[in-house]
Amino acid sequence: MLFVLGAVATIIFFMFRLMPGSPLTAFIGTTFTEEQHDLLVKKFGLDKSLFEQYLLFISNTLQGNLGLSFTYNKPVMGMILEVLPNSIILTMFSLMIAYTFGIIVGAYLAWKRATWVEGIGIPVVLITRSAPEFWLGMIALALFSFQLDIFPAGGTSAPGHIYYNTLDKLLDPQFYHHLILPSLVLAVYLQGLPLLLMRSNMLEVMQEDFIFMSKMKGLSSWTIVIKHAARNALLPVATAFTLGVGFAFGGNVVIETVFSWPGLGRMLVFAVSSSDYPLAQGTFLFLAAILIFMNFLADILYLFLDPRVSYKTRN
Amino acid sequence: MVKNLFNVLKKDPYALTGVLIYLFFILVAIFADLIAPNDPLRILFNSGGLARNIDPGREFLLGTTSNGRDIFSQLVYGSRNALYVGLTAALAVALVGTIVGLISGYFGGWLDNLIMRCADITLGIPFLPFVIVLAAFLGPSSWNVVIAISILLWPNSGRVIRSQVLSLRERAYIESAKVSGCSNFRIIFIHIGPNILPLSFLYGSIAIGWAILTEASISFLGFGPSDVISWGFMLQDAYSSQALSLGAYFWFIPPGICIVLMVVAGFFICRGYEEILFPRIKN
Repeated sequence: MLFVLGAVATIIFFMFRLMPGSPLTAFIGTTFTEEQHDLLVKKFGLDKSLFEQYLLFISNTLQGNLGLSFTYNKPVMGMILEVLPNSIILTMFSLMIAYTFGIIVGAYLAWKRATWVEGIGIPVVLITRSAPEFWLGMIALALFSFQLDIFPAGGTSAPGHIYYNTLDKLLDPQFYHHLILPSLVLAVYLQGLPLLLMRSNMLEVMQEDFIFMSKMKGLSSWTIVIKHAARNALLPVATAFTLGVGFAFGGNVVIETVFSWPGLGRMLVFAVSSSDYPLAQGTFLFLAAILIFMNFLADILYLFLDPRVSYKTRN
Repeated sequence: MVKNLFNVLKKDPYALTGVLIYLFFILVAIFADLIAPNDPLRILFNSGGLARNIDPGREFLLGTTSNGRDIFSQLVYGSRNALYVGLTAALAVALVGTIVGLISGYFGGWLDNLIMRCADITLGIPFLPFVIVLAAFLGPSSWNVVIAISILLWPNSGRVIRSQVLSLRERAYIESAKVSGCSNFRIIFIHIGPNILPLSFLYGSIAIGWAILTEASISFLGFGPSDVISWGFMLQDAYSSQALSLGAYFWFIPPGICIVLMVVAGFFICRGYEEILFPRIKN
């Protein structure tokens, strides 16, 4: 995991360093003197060689220092930590909804194999998976915010309202009022994967010998489905959930932009479009770190949940 | 195989729907010049001056944008970009995944190790953020999506193809090919390659939907080219021109429906295709 993280960090560093144009163009006003320019170049360490810059970048990153934002002149790390809770809450909230819904409906669709329910259910699920998240978000906004005026049009609070800290935010009902629309839209997009996964797992598990055995024992179909089949079918879904966390963070970029949700994704979009390289680099690195950690966690979880995996690899 | 294909299409209404949707969009893209009444980027005028924010009607089938551009014509031309991005991305993913899988599986050893480590690293790069950064790096162009997809999606197809190659290379006919003095190159591309081609097609067809969705997202975020009409560009235009608060549903609903149709058609075809490849799924 650390190897992958290091490699990704290296790629990110060189990718941003090789970008065309001077990274300071956004920062320097036209009235700056040569002296001021040199001072800035020195301040951001741009006068050193590429290799020195790289070493500096790695050692700083290890110490949790991601540099200064060009546009805000504030530490990137602080800015990331400030918006991180928003992203985590949005992601987790919608993943919870999506996976609860997906698991239940997926199991149900497997049970209704080869009936009209499946005939309608599967295309509907596939359609929700093909709809761009931001498009669903736009429809939701036009309908529920602008036309019906039930939900706010974006952000995390009413204009002018400021949360003092994360706890204050979490206790304020208006935060949840703002959270509902984006997280539901995200959930609509995310539920397809657990649903289809759960369904195909259930179909597979239902054919196994131990299910046949329980049928012969005379257990009710409810007991078989819930106690025996669903428990086994859930294993891959648990792994998918872990992978889903890492993936959703990267994909949140669009949802956060549509709903003006101040999270990591929106910050990345802002940073890239305003050529704020340290900010873009830091956010990207953070998103990558979450993804890599979650991939790693999924591997471990799989070994832990399903002992057959380790057994297979040993042979 | 071709006969099989027709049988599956006959039996599988989903796959048939998918194929029909693609045919429809291909025809629209080819004859876009004839179908679209206006130049999608031209600013139109009518008797009342600038023809902006006009509701759908006889003159403008889906109305006009806030800049006075014909929405229906944009929709028609958007199919070109979607097909172009989707198909090139599919080709790129199939090509890269296949070559990597073949080399990695056939040669094994340190080369295989190296490639698989690269796959691990690639899987650690967040997809959409990478496309955004790449778009900033290379400048706005439809190619960014194709490049990003072929850089980031090869591990999925590559790994599956590799494991297939691992079992194929142990077969007797490969051994006899080696004994008869075939070069590695020839064995890989003449003897093993054709056997894994169906898998490459499968992963390629999955990539079509991905590419179209990604292209739309990138255009929506404002990192797409501004002189090429795409459905994502239309949605971005609508979003930033307050179409939502104006309730201009006719502006932003149709492009989304086109994207959904195109991507869902890909899913349907994949499902049908999987049944040709792995018939046991049918039960």
